[in-house]
Amino acid sequence: MALNLFSSKGTSLDKQRFTWRDMVGKPISKLDDDAFTRVRIILMNGLELESLRFQHMAARMQGELRLPLAQIRRTEQHQATMVNWLLGPDHSPLETTIAYEQVAIEVTAAVAQREPDPYFAQLYRFGMLEDFDHLYRYSALLDRLEGKDANNILQSYTDILPGRPTVEEHRAPEDDVRRSYDPKTAEPLTKLHALMITAAEWQTHDYYMNIGPLFSDPMARQLYAEIASIEEQHVTQYGSMLSPEESVLEQWLMHEAMEAYNYYSCVQAETNPRIKAIWERFLDYELGHFHHVAALYKKHERRDPAELFPTDLPEPVAFESQRDFVRKVLKQEVDLRAAGTEIVEKSKESQASIAYRNHLNSEGSPSETVAAGYIWSPGTELNRKVTVAV
Amino acid sequence: MKEQSQMGMNRTGVQMSPLDTHDMQNALPESKRPPAPGEQTAMAALRTSYIEQADQVGSIPVPGTVKGALSTGAAMLTGNQPQLLIDKLGERAAFERGGTRLYDALITKFEATEDNTTSMTLADLQKIRDDEARHFALIVSAIESIGGDPTAMTPCADVTAVESMGLMQVVNDPRTTLAQCLHAMLVAEMTDEVGWEHLIVLAEDNGQSQMVNDFTVALNDEQQHLMQVRRWFEEATLGKAISSGVMVDDVADAGRPLH
Repeated sequence: MALNLFSSKGTSLDKQRFTWRDMVGKPISKLDDDAFTRVRIILMNGLELESLRFQHMAARMQGELRLPLAQIRRTEQHQATMVNWLLGPDHSPLETTIAYEQVAIEVTAAVAQREPDPYFAQLYRFGMLEDFDHLYRYSALLDRLEGKDANNILQSYTDILPGRPTVEEHRAPEDDVRRSYDPKTAEPLTKLHALMITAAEWQTHDYYMNIGPLFSDPMARQLYAEIASIEEQHVTQYGSMLSPEESVLEQWLMHEAMEAYNYYSCVQAETNPRIKAIWERFLDYELGHFHHVAALYKKHERRDPAELFPTDLPEPVAFESQRDFVRKVLKQEVDLRAAGTEIVEKSKESQASIAYRNHLNSEGSPSETVAAGYIWSPGTELNRKVTVAV
Repeated sequence: MKEQSQMGMNRTGVQMSPLDTHDMQNALPESKRPPAPGEQTAMAALRTSYIEQADQVGSIPVPGTVKGALSTGAAMLTGNQPQLLIDKLGERAAFERGGTRLYDALITKFEATEDNTTSMTLADLQKIRDDEARHFALIVSAIESIGGDPTAMTPCADVTAVESMGLMQVVNDPRTTLAQCLHAMLVAEMTDEVGWEHLIVLAEDNGQSQMVNDFTVALNDEQQHLMQVRRWFEEATLGKAISSGVMVDDVADAGRPLH
């Protein structure tokens, strides 16, 4: 069943209230909860942080919207807190990193298959294969640094294999900027997807930038530095899909719709009843935001918000293992590269990117070093060594 | 009373998802699998180069006596490595201060869980907590007696605090059982005992007889703490398992493969 943004007014802003106890509830169990519950938590935190970020930027550009932006932003802040604080404290930063990459792979793969525009679908597949490789590199680090099996986090939903080698993902900035959608002709789902994935990647980037320095191990510090740089490229790629021709209010409305669409998707998929109740509550909050902003949109732009969403929203995001799709893409597209706004064969890659990468990697490649000869085995590489030795 | 950990729907192992795990392992044909173990010499080389070029965590604060500021009346340090004594005094001060907070957290956990699986009493915990606080004060006085600054963080104090972060996380996690917390306390107490032993040797080396006397009393306290914590930990784990057997929550679901 699909969501119609206009069928419910949601919770009005004045009723969107929190207490500290409310925000800081019981975390999920790293051991017992389904990995996709954690995937949804990380994704939704990323979307809330994107809302905050966007709304602050909007306030810098639109003086007359500063008050309503501040009002909605306060709720987004507390929603983000309540969602992000669901992560248990027994997740090491590196274990959480594994979960972030699982989000990047599974959600981007789901989006790539639903995306109606073939150009953008290709971009999602392109980025997904890079995050897929990050998971492999971080899994090697988790095994070799903390002696842990990344599959304890992934729960066998996501493969741990090399993708497009991270060492080759470094591109010149001009090869990361893509074409944006045309707001007049793009389908609503294309716009929602672009916002979602930009938000998720931005969160990942910021997370790596914050936790990278927490590691004492130089190997880990280098690997986080390297992959954070790719995440910056990903934010550049996905962010450039968003149209600069949309007004601030139109972008704001699209953000609120995107959040509602995702909370709705979470409600449909959630297996933990306690967490599902949070998704339901926040779906109503986001519908409240949507209608609040829709009224502003009508008032300031004298346009009908229903023009942007002429029908029900598309089917919910598929929160499930995309293994078969990922493997197919890996087989067919691992050797693709980027040149300007286009995805091209390896032989057509730009010299600018090759030169840029050669310098960055000239004193060694962290992602190659950390995973040299690494192959995932249940119970860690050491478990495999024991097996082989016996 | 808060229950011990139970059997249930733990999803982390491969037995919970045999089909998907089979897929994962078959993703790479045998011919393409690198030999085990993987190659880690490059990683070791990278780490080595950083170790060789690394600065230290930081420096040991110089006490007034060494600087020649004898107006404090502090006793002179006579040992071969006076800086080591200062560093280790700083470490002990930090550890005892942190230990006091660990026991504060354990007292809260003990009272909240109403756990009666051990012979531990609130009075026992309160006494140890007060011992730790007293030991902290003792170290502060010792540092001051040699003209040192007890508010400074020495390198060993800093590194020991990094070590102890996990202990603090375990004891303060509302989900952990008393037995799990006692395991963390055992780690702290075992380390603490060795710490005091070494500190006494260093104090002797530096001719600090008052410190030797005071620290020996503290060591006796710590040895008592270690014995108590060890006994409580064993009561909370071995004693419980033997007397009650393993508890199983929802046996029908536990261990059933999911995907």
